[in-house]
Amino acid sequence: MGEFAYVAPRSVADAVGVLQDHANNGRRAQVLAGGTDLLVQLRGLDKAPRTIVDVKKIEETNRLDIGGDEIYIGAAIPSAILNENEELKSLLPGLIESADLIGSTQIQGRASLGGNLCNSSPAADTIPAMIADRGICVIAGSGGEREVPVEDFCTGVGTNVMTGDEFLLGLKFPRPPANTGDAYLRFIPRTEMDIAVAGAGVSVTLDGSGTCTAARVGIGAVAPTPLLVADAAAALVGTTVDDEALAAAGAACSAAASPITDKRGTVEYRRKVVAVLCRRAGAIARDRALAA
Amino acid sequence: MAEAVDYRYVGTSPVRPDGVDKVTGRAQFGADQNLPNMLHGSVLRSPHAHARIKSVDVSKALAMDGVHAAVSGADFPSVQSGEVGGEGGGDVADIAKNVMARDKALYHGHAVAAVAATSVEIAERALDAIEVEYEPLPPVLDVVEAMAPDATLLDDNCFTKNLPEKPDKPSNIASVMVLARGDLDAGFEQADVVVEGEYRIPMAHQGYIEPHACTATVNEEGKATVWCCTQGHFEFRAMTSKILNWKIGDLKFIASEIGGGFGGKTVVYLEPVAVLLSKHAGRPVKMVMSREEVFRATGPTSGSVCRVKIGAQNDGKITAAKAWLAYEAGAFAGAPVMPGAMSIFAPYEIENFLVEGHDVLVNKPKVAAYRAPGAPQAMHAFEVALDDIARQIGMDPLDLRMVNAADEGTQAPYGPKFPAIGFKACIEAAKKHPNYTKPVPEGAGRGVAAGFWFNIGMQSSAEVRINEDGTVIVMEGNPDIGGSRASMGLMAAETLGVPYEQVKTYIGDTESTGFCNVTGGSRTTFATGLAVVQACEDIIAQCKSRAAATWGMDDDQVEWQDGQAVPAPGVNADVSPLSLADIAASAPKTGGPILGRASLNAQGAGASFSVNFGDLKVDPETGAVEVLSFTGIQDAGKAIHPAFVEGQMQGGAAQGLGWALNEEYIYDADGVMENAGFLDYRVPVASDLPMIDTQIVEVPNPSHPYGVRGVGETPIVAPLAVASNAVRDATGVRINDLPLSPPRILAALSND
Ligand SMILES: Cc1cc2nc3c(=O)[nH]c(=O)nc-3n(C[C@H](O)[C@H](O)[C@H](O)COP(=O)(O)OP(=O)(O)OC[C@H]3O[C@@H](n4cnc5c(N)ncnc54)[C@H](O)[C@@H]3O)c2cc1C
Repeated sequence: MGEFAYVAPRSVADAVGVLQDHANNGRRAQVLAGGTDLLVQLRGLDKAPRTIVDVKKIEETNRLDIGGDEIYIGAAIPSAILNENEELKSLLPGLIESADLIGSTQIQGRASLGGNLCNSSPAADTIPAMIADRGICVIAGSGGEREVPVEDFCTGVGTNVMTGDEFLLGLKFPRPPANTGDAYLRFIPRTEMDIAVAGAGVSVTLDGSGTCTAARVGIGAVAPTPLLVADAAAALVGTTVDDEALAAAGAACSAAASPITDKRGTVEYRRKVVAVLCRRAGAIARDRALAA
Repeated sequence: MAEAVDYRYVGTSPVRPDGVDKVTGRAQFGADQNLPNMLHGSVLRSPHAHARIKSVDVSKALAMDGVHAAVSGADFPSVQSGEVGGEGGGDVADIAKNVMARDKALYHGHAVAAVAATSVEIAERALDAIEVEYEPLPPVLDVVEAMAPDATLLDDNCFTKNLPEKPDKPSNIASVMVLARGDLDAGFEQADVVVEGEYRIPMAHQGYIEPHACTATVNEEGKATVWCCTQGHFEFRAMTSKILNWKIGDLKFIASEIGGGFGGKTVVYLEPVAVLLSKHAGRPVKMVMSREEVFRATGPTSGSVCRVKIGAQNDGKITAAKAWLAYEAGAFAGAPVMPGAMSIFAPYEIENFLVEGHDVLVNKPKVAAYRAPGAPQAMHAFEVALDDIARQIGMDPLDLRMVNAADEGTQAPYGPKFPAIGFKACIEAAKKHPNYTKPVPEGAGRGVAAGFWFNIGMQSSAEVRINEDGTVIVMEGNPDIGGSRASMGLMAAETLGVPYEQVKTYIGDTESTGFCNVTGGSRTTFATGLAVVQACEDIIAQCKSRAAATWGMDDDQVEWQDGQAVPAPGVNADVSPLSLADIAASAPKTGGPILGRASLNAQGAGASFSVNFGDLKVDPETGAVEVLSFTGIQDAGKAIHPAFVEGQMQGGAAQGLGWALNEEYIYDADGVMENAGFLDYRVPVASDLPMIDTQIVEVPNPSHPYGVRGVGETPIVAPLAVASNAVRDATGVRINDLPLSPPRILAALSND
């Protein structure tokens, strides 16, 4: 591990100040939330010195607000806290499911949604679920705050839209309307402690007759970034989310995917499995919407 | 079958004596030894899978602040070819070149140089300052391609051994071996059905939790002390002595507690390097491998290609069996193809057979022993083909195995006639087992397979000392991996007739106890146990003699019963029995301290057979496999500590299933392992497996006083074929190769 400094600003302004100072002086700063990605990376090949900016001490990254119209989840809240919040679990069960898949009990004591998103791995579990749930990133920087839809946040493997003086404050989700359900499924060869070979998050809203009026589908680990698959959603809207519609949505996911063959799976495998996951997650989301 | 004997301590399962220190973190493992002024050693490893090393220059590293020693191949003596005992570590000249490359780097990760510095960080920076000039060569990665006459050679001086005539051209085939009996053609002619297949399995690692680690210190007299995690400190001493050309007497090895080995810690990697660095630096040197180094540079087991052909009659009788085995040795000769060939047909009585084995060099790490080395690969192929025979003739797979089962008196394919063995008893137990009689769950398939391992004897020593209060110290030299301290204590308690709680077992270092071969080959409870029992018998003889002297009798007028000296039946004497504590208390008057000892080269290790079966469910849309249940049935001879025997059976099943389902070395085209970490080298996690059900069969080994056979290795053998056969049963599709990873299964199911 290389030499590094550690700072833990207490306010958004202080944090932005530190980041800006580093950016302006060509020094490296890196934001720390739970550290479950960062600390592992620090022990790897990238040993260059840097300042670690811990954003866990800031009110805005720790706030959890479940409002009438909107849900706000601070970027640094550990997933263990989210997983234990019954109200959140009943509103966005798919999102919480995805957070609950991260690592193990020990990892979840620290791992945050913000870290999962900002690490910007194509295989990050919560990102497809956040996309399905219409998540919006709230980003703070020297120019103030800005908002970016989750599906537009990642720009490549490990890269995202934030500039050197910005960091993620939190995530906003519209409070799901009645008869809405979401779900997230991933495939891993083991039962836990593994990286998604493919993942799919689905949200559907039904009307009184059980017909889908709105849908969102996010997929992961099958392209350089997690993707919003509009065609998959379109295949569900106007249907009762029956097997035929789900198969069409799955096929749209396969078509949208641009996977690679690597040690975790082949192109063909990932294309097939992302369709299966979309179908299965869609069926769960539908059943949740019917029960809601 | 021998009659069941009631023992007081043998056959009970007390908690392990080393348990408290292990769960509280007090136990000292390999990396826990720290000494004043200690330096940290790091190894520079080859970035090429195959390259000539044209030069190594460590001078810039040596000149750095905080760097106290730097060595490369040139600093090591050249080593004479020869074997060091143990579990097939191979030729010590090869081990020497594996420890530090000389003229060639033979795999990605091969040690090329090493430094010792005041911190790990400085040591790692110093590695960057070492200048190595390589001439890269094409890597040889596929075992079959490696055998081709025009293949790139790893070693220009490798001439295939055991051919009828010495070849005139070098080859990557280090050696061949053949076992044959009967008339193969006639056998196949008698067959009603013939099954033939080729089965490929990639390299797999033992995956022990504790990485290799050692600390060495060389004093001003040139005498070294080495602390290390090892399965056999005596063999580590011997190898280090040969590799450095140091006298055995100048090397003292102390075994730490060990976080798993499974055969992989029977051979040195760091120890000779640490000793040399310490000698150069004049300070202690600690070396600890990272997990990545463990994967890249320590011995996995061979990847293999096995071709099998079986002929059988409609009544199940196998008429002929043929096998062709090619095992990857890695960079140096020594793949466990011989034991693979010897074990492939071992559970069965087959009149006509032929097995040919090939030990093949490839640019991958030099393989090391892994639980029943060589048997899982070969027996997977055979047990899978046998499953296809059972399907073709419509016979229950257990019945098919019973028809052909080896029994007492069967001549093993590798030569000797079996004494009493428990294979048939295992098949019978399986047939009656509730997990077998219950229907296969919906959507799942059931697989059955047999397992076998020879087990070995080899040399052991033990000393038993009686404290002045009659409590007992057992001293022996086998690192305790699977709970052997408890087993030694139980056998000592039983033999002496004293409570188990009064016996303490210690693992001595190379200077405080007599020579013991490795903890390996499932030999410790058998061979070292035999030495402990004999040392206890020595104590008993001495105690009887002291009691006789006390009572004014002849030695043969005294017997030892329930831990006491008593007059023999018919001896008329008005004396009270003398317990071990009584005799210990009066020892000063009867000849001084009481010390028993035994040393031996144990003969008659008993083969251990197994039958395993499991129900596995396959998700037809993702290829994911779920193990619903798994049952291991194995002949232990006698389970000294049944809970530890079950633990061996469960652990072996977990490793075998991991190997069958997900574990594999994945290489890129340049010969770089792509998954050198536990994230992508997928050993099963706890939630991947159900509770492994076990049933211990006990057909005593006539060569051990309590009937012990050795149980540690057989359990890993059968699960590979169980998995293949269950997946076949569940899906209707036969997949010959392992691992049965989801992409492989899905591709097979969709036929693309
Ligand atoms: C054993 C183990 C198992 C894991 N299993 C999974 C899994 O199953 N699924 C999965 O998706 N992930 C998994 N992970 C990865 C990791 O736990 C998750 O990505 C986690 O959500 C990261 O959150 P964190 O708070 O720990 O992030 P950190 O490690 O603190 O940060 C991650 C990255 O994001 C940046 N960052 C963090 N917060 C902010 C912010 N507010 N603003 C700007 N940048 C920020 C950091 O600079 C860093 O680059 C696993 C990790 C481990 C060690």
